[in-house]
Amino acid sequence: MNNRSLVLKLLSAVIVFGAWEIAGRIPVSYAFPTFIESMKALYTMVVDGSLFQAYAETLKPLIIGVLISAVLGIIIGLWIGLSEWFDWLFSPIFIVMQAAPLAALIPLLVMIYGIGLTSKVFVVCIMAMPVIVLNTSSAVRNTPSSFIEMGTSFLANRWEVLFKIIIPAASPVIFSGLRLGVSAGFIGAILSELKITPTGVGDIITYSRSIADYASMYAAIFSIIVLAVVFLNLLEMLERVLFEGNVRGYASD
Amino acid sequence: MLQTNALAEDTVLTQTDNAVSVSGVSKNYGEVEALKNLTLDFPRGQLTSLLGPSGCGKTTLLKIIAGLLEPTEGKILVNGSPVTGPGEDRAFVFQDFALLPWASVIRNVAFGLELRGVAKSEREDIANKYIKEVGLEGFEKSFPHELSGGMRQRVGLARALSVDADVLLMDEPFSAVDEQTRRKFQEDLLALVANENKTFIFVTHSIEEAVYVSDQIAILLPRPSRVADIIRPTGLREKDVASIRRDSEYLDIVDEIWASLKSYVE
Ligand SMILES: Nc1ncnc2c1ncn2[C@@H]1O[C@H](COP(=O)(O)OP(=O)(O)OP(=O)(O)O)[C@@H](O)[C@H]1O
Ligand SMILES: [Mg+2]
Repeated sequence: MNNRSLVLKLLSAVIVFGAWEIAGRIPVSYAFPTFIESMKALYTMVVDGSLFQAYAETLKPLIIGVLISAVLGIIIGLWIGLSEWFDWLFSPIFIVMQAAPLAALIPLLVMIYGIGLTSKVFVVCIMAMPVIVLNTSSAVRNTPSSFIEMGTSFLANRWEVLFKIIIPAASPVIFSGLRLGVSAGFIGAILSELKITPTGVGDIITYSRSIADYASMYAAIFSIIVLAVVFLNLLEMLERVLFEGNVRGYASD
Repeated sequence: MLQTNALAEDTVLTQTDNAVSVSGVSKNYGEVEALKNLTLDFPRGQLTSLLGPSGCGKTTLLKIIAGLLEPTEGKILVNGSPVTGPGEDRAFVFQDFALLPWASVIRNVAFGLELRGVAKSEREDIANKYIKEVGLEGFEKSFPHELSGGMRQRVGLARALSVDADVLLMDEPFSAVDEQTRRKFQEDLLALVANENKTFIFVTHSIEEAVYVSDQIAILLPRPSRVADIIRPTGLREKDVASIRRDSEYLDIVDEIWASLKSYVE
């Protein structure tokens, strides 16, 4: 089964990159480089170290923002799921946050927090947190009541009900919220570098576009996607370590 | 003199002989009167079935005894002390199993002990013993989704047995198994009642099953909910399990119960 999923992943990568190469060769647009050109540009950036410098900059708001969103998001989500009162108080904030047009909020954030790290962390949080909170709270609310009844009848106290029943029961949905949140956080980090101050990977994108070095631009974008995939896979490994029983295969298996 | 002594002893015996006693219990869910002034005693060491049409409040009564629901009125005594919540003296077998899908069979079986703070190696030893007893040896590491319905039911049974409670509350515990397995379970249950000094409260929809396994059958009727009848198939316990179903007393009791329930099915 493991082999099959690896083969499937490789196959889908080959299809995507192949399509990219073909689209670049036609070309679809003069501003669209081929896959191979982009990889060459990526190689150059790796060798001269500029890519790592850029990521040292970009990862700061990303990691801080994602960590805050994950920890705070799960705690707030648990609370909202457990208490009607908390739900009434906080749910609307996150629903609005999720629906808010971020581009319109950025000038506001810059006005309040300046153009530094704080604003960028905020952008990442605004992108990442709502989906984590909302997934967590709805997962907690949907804990089968028979599990809780079972726990109570076998003398679980409130903390045991929370840690041994509610959280494990909610964990698959919490983790899918985290996956969505992390992806959104990546978007937020890049968006903040494009809209607030061009630093890090956002700077590579902005700068290489301005000098029409499209290969470098796509190389930067490609590197973000790769990093995001790595992050998501790490998250999946974490889930497997923490909640072994969550791995129940596919519906068709 | 001698006689009065014997009489006094007798009353003491009947007083303490009930593991569970329910007196004047009512339960309303908003407008719905699920139970109304219900009184019923459960003799220690015996199996009492609750039999009655759907919706007459059997699960409600069981959950009130378990301390999972509070009665609107009335009192429940378990081993002489009033019920205020779940306790170590009772264990529940759930109709829908209520197994934790993320936990292996052994963790599920040991879950009650885990919550009681029993050390891991000790609780796994106990769990292993009951896993064997319900015939699930070799499935300790499996997860609930890898088991059949009947096997899951047995995990729930093993979990309740492993906490060694005095009173076992079983809500239609054999509902998910085929007829053959069901008969096997019924025989096992009879052996369990005979060997373990526990009190069983057993909810079932099946008249035959109730007559087959019970020392006492309480027939519950709805609207207004009440104990319509208590039947004690006393003669059956001494008979060989294999021939009970052909016994004339067994058949008579089945007919009698069917006659009193018939009107509620239509
Ligand atoms: N949580 C609840 N809220 C409102 N009404 C309820 C609730 N639980 C049960 N009832 C009502 O109480 C009555 C008794 O329910 P209960 O589940 O005890 O019946 P039962 O005898 O176990 O039925 P069955 O044999 O179908 O399991 C039913 O009429 C049901 O509608
Ligand atoms: Mg029921």
